[in-house]
Amino acid sequence: MKADTNESKIFKVSRRDFVKTTSMSISGLLLGISFSCSDTAKKLSGNPEYVFSPNLFITLNGNGDVTLIAHRSEMGTGIRTSLPLIMADEMEADWNRVKVVQAVGDEKYGDQNTDGSYSVRMFFTPLRKAGATVRLLLEQAAAKEWDVDVSECKAKNHEVVHSSGKTLGFGLLAEKAAALPMPEESSVKLKEPKDFKYISKQSSIVDLKDIVTGKAKFGFDNNHLPNTKIAVVKRNPEPGAGLKSFIADNAVKVPGVIKVFTLDAPGFPTTLNKPLGGVVVVAENTWAALEGRKALDVTWNKGMNADYDTKSYNNAMLKSVKTKGKVRRENGQVDKALASAKKIIEADYVVPLLSHTPMETPCALAHVHDNACEVWAPVQDPQGVRKSLAEALGMDLKNVTVNITLLGGAFGRKSKPDFVVEAALISRTMGTPIKILWTREDDIQHDFYHFPSAQHIKVGIDENNKVTSWLHRSAFPPIDGTSNANAKEASGAELSMGMIDLPYAIENVCCETQEAEAKIRIGWLRSVANIHHAYAVGCTLDEVAKARGVDPVQNMLDLLGDDRTIDFNSLTSEFWNYSEKLEDFPWSTARFRHVIETAKEKSNWGKSLPKGSGQGFAAHRSFLTYVACVVEVAVDANNKIRIPKVDYVVDCGVPVNPERIKAQFEGGAAFAASLALKSEITVSNGAVQQSNFHNYQVGRMSDSPYETAVHIIESNEKPTGVGEPPVPPFIPALCNAIYAATGKRVRQLPVRLA
Amino acid sequence: MASVKLKINDKNYTVEVDPKMPLLWAIRDVVGLTGTKYGCGIAQCGACTVHLDGTPVRSCSIPVTAANNKNITTIEGLSTDNSHPVQQAWIQEQVPQCGYCQSGQIMAATALLKKNPNPTDKDIDTAMQGHICRCGTYPRIRKAIKTASQLMGQKASAK
Repeated sequence: MKADTNESKIFKVSRRDFVKTTSMSISGLLLGISFSCSDTAKKLSGNPEYVFSPNLFITLNGNGDVTLIAHRSEMGTGIRTSLPLIMADEMEADWNRVKVVQAVGDEKYGDQNTDGSYSVRMFFTPLRKAGATVRLLLEQAAAKEWDVDVSECKAKNHEVVHSSGKTLGFGLLAEKAAALPMPEESSVKLKEPKDFKYISKQSSIVDLKDIVTGKAKFGFDNNHLPNTKIAVVKRNPEPGAGLKSFIADNAVKVPGVIKVFTLDAPGFPTTLNKPLGGVVVVAENTWAALEGRKALDVTWNKGMNADYDTKSYNNAMLKSVKTKGKVRRENGQVDKALASAKKIIEADYVVPLLSHTPMETPCALAHVHDNACEVWAPVQDPQGVRKSLAEALGMDLKNVTVNITLLGGAFGRKSKPDFVVEAALISRTMGTPIKILWTREDDIQHDFYHFPSAQHIKVGIDENNKVTSWLHRSAFPPIDGTSNANAKEASGAELSMGMIDLPYAIENVCCETQEAEAKIRIGWLRSVANIHHAYAVGCTLDEVAKARGVDPVQNMLDLLGDDRTIDFNSLTSEFWNYSEKLEDFPWSTARFRHVIETAKEKSNWGKSLPKGSGQGFAAHRSFLTYVACVVEVAVDANNKIRIPKVDYVVDCGVPVNPERIKAQFEGGAAFAASLALKSEITVSNGAVQQSNFHNYQVGRMSDSPYETAVHIIESNEKPTGVGEPPVPPFIPALCNAIYAATGKRVRQLPVRLA
Repeated sequence: MASVKLKINDKNYTVEVDPKMPLLWAIRDVVGLTGTKYGCGIAQCGACTVHLDGTPVRSCSIPVTAANNKNITTIEGLSTDNSHPVQQAWIQEQVPQCGYCQSGQIMAATALLKKNPNPTDKDIDTAMQGHICRCGTYPRIRKAIKTASQLMGQKASAK
């Protein structure tokens, strides 16, 4: 559950308190934010002025330099830029005077678990309030200095301007502002959107120049600790099945290899936060470690999933969705309506296991010494990592420090702490700093995969050409199955990603699930269960349009019905609104309609195309963001698919960083195209059969959309995330375009036309 | 163990390493330049691309001895101040998302433009096909290569 950030509180940090927790020398104005969930907040509730271990979101020095904290992890979304930008805008800071510093993992920073497209949604208002508080304090300080009324003073671009025209720079006011009492929350006024100077405007990411010169530091780039050794681990091909025996004689003969030993681990299910275990090779350099590992002679145990075979497993799931399952949403009487329908549309959909394969494989630097642990790692959930480390090492949380490097892609993989825990356990054994590397083979063969799934959808159309019934069955092993062997049923949250949140005004709806057991580590992949649900639903809608003889866009608008907000809680007790209340983030069919209609217009929907080309359409709301997507494909005589054009329309509320929103959608299209056209993990005898990019294929330049146009709806609604929402509607739009181009329906991924 | 002379970004290094060690690990682990990235280890993804006597190579898949006495350029050696037209174009088009693969992409683009100052879309596809970007920055990479081509043309005509 996410923190309720509506209850954030801004506090001033006294220098006295600050020096207790850090050796940094600092002067000027220091401001923190407490969130209702945090330790700081609990302490604040007793004494609002006193904070022992403050977080510092904003620091304004006497020389005018501003330091802003980025507390969420940067994995390519631009969040390390966008969140500080929000504070800078409200405080009227000059962005060129701002330095962004990455926070360590600590609960005092509020929620740092960078997943679920949460960051902007969760922190937009608290960070605005923090910035606006600084602005007001600076205006009050100037007013006091000039002995005028504060209403005559306006902060503007790093200085406060009096109505007479005289000015005082932020730096000169810092100490004076720090001496003022905290203003009443009610006196802090947020800017009018028209006055934003950075929000909704163009800006570059703060790491851009470091990236293009190779200076940017990712997880495996930290060489600052003397005597750091490199570790790799050989793991059982059947995850969690354990080690029988090993012979290290040849491995230790490899020049540079220092030590070979075992790393114990729990069996299957493995849990989400523990390492898999195996045989560790520590060496002076990466190459020696890899050569040493190659020379190991290991005998593995067979485990409970030794007979896991994806072909028979997927077939069993597919068979299961042909029969009645557990009802998760039921409105009206689907069976009756289907029985009296004039036309029936019916299809099955299968999606394979998928791997994240971020370009940077899991890696970390850890140093365990003197009953303390410090790590530098590319992690999405630094607080979770800190807890896992403390637990694995039997240490107090306060002795564990998690520094967050840049993440070389993550897509959900790096929300798990397993690889960091490995590094720390190995460092403890070795007594030296350890850098761990997962090779690409390790990454592809031991991932937390996107669920394999089978679905069945059956739709009834009556004699008036009206859709009267919708039956949707879904089978996939829940993520919980990775921690709990008894968890075989998808959760309400997993089903609210594209299945039980079906927004169409259909009288008879029934959503059912069948049980499926996790036979391998399952985890969340960019947009999670929306991937397979949106694919099945979006393709079915295209088939319904065809059956009704109606244009697919018009079909969707017909089904959507009148503009309204949908009370999903009255339709199913299992609805989940991405951790938000429906009254705060309603499901608005008007906003959905608007992105659909805009996509129709912007994409020149229905334009004439040569033979072998076609347009496909789909729309989907996920993570509270409304997206419509039109994909154009060209399929040649050899069934080679090209994607010349994609049009996205997105309504994500206030677009905080439009340039990065566009980047997320361009990238989301490529990511989704890659999943749909290229990727598949298969398992035989419990072991993943793919090992690297030659057999786990991902989209390359020529597979990816040539042009992705992103149309952002202007809005003053609360901002919502954009990291995941591009993915779900793309795949059905692509498959529908393939149908338009070739007449072939795609009911199994990856797309195989031949 | 072999003693190998590496000239990286106009600086000389002598490294004592296993002669089979891939150039990538010599550059990263022994010399300590970390801009060149590991992505797959089998020349499939292009993240480790450096120039060897001006030609782009996959440093993960050539032994360090193959680079003996040759000129190696890594991302760090392209320019010290972002002034290379390809870096300028990458900044202008705001190509990177996570940034991890971009060293390799930039090195490949630089080599392409040196050989072919005005590449067509097809030329770009061919040259960049071996470079994976999971964030999906491909359309911007294409655009930035075209922008760099223009910037280089302007620079050439100004001379």
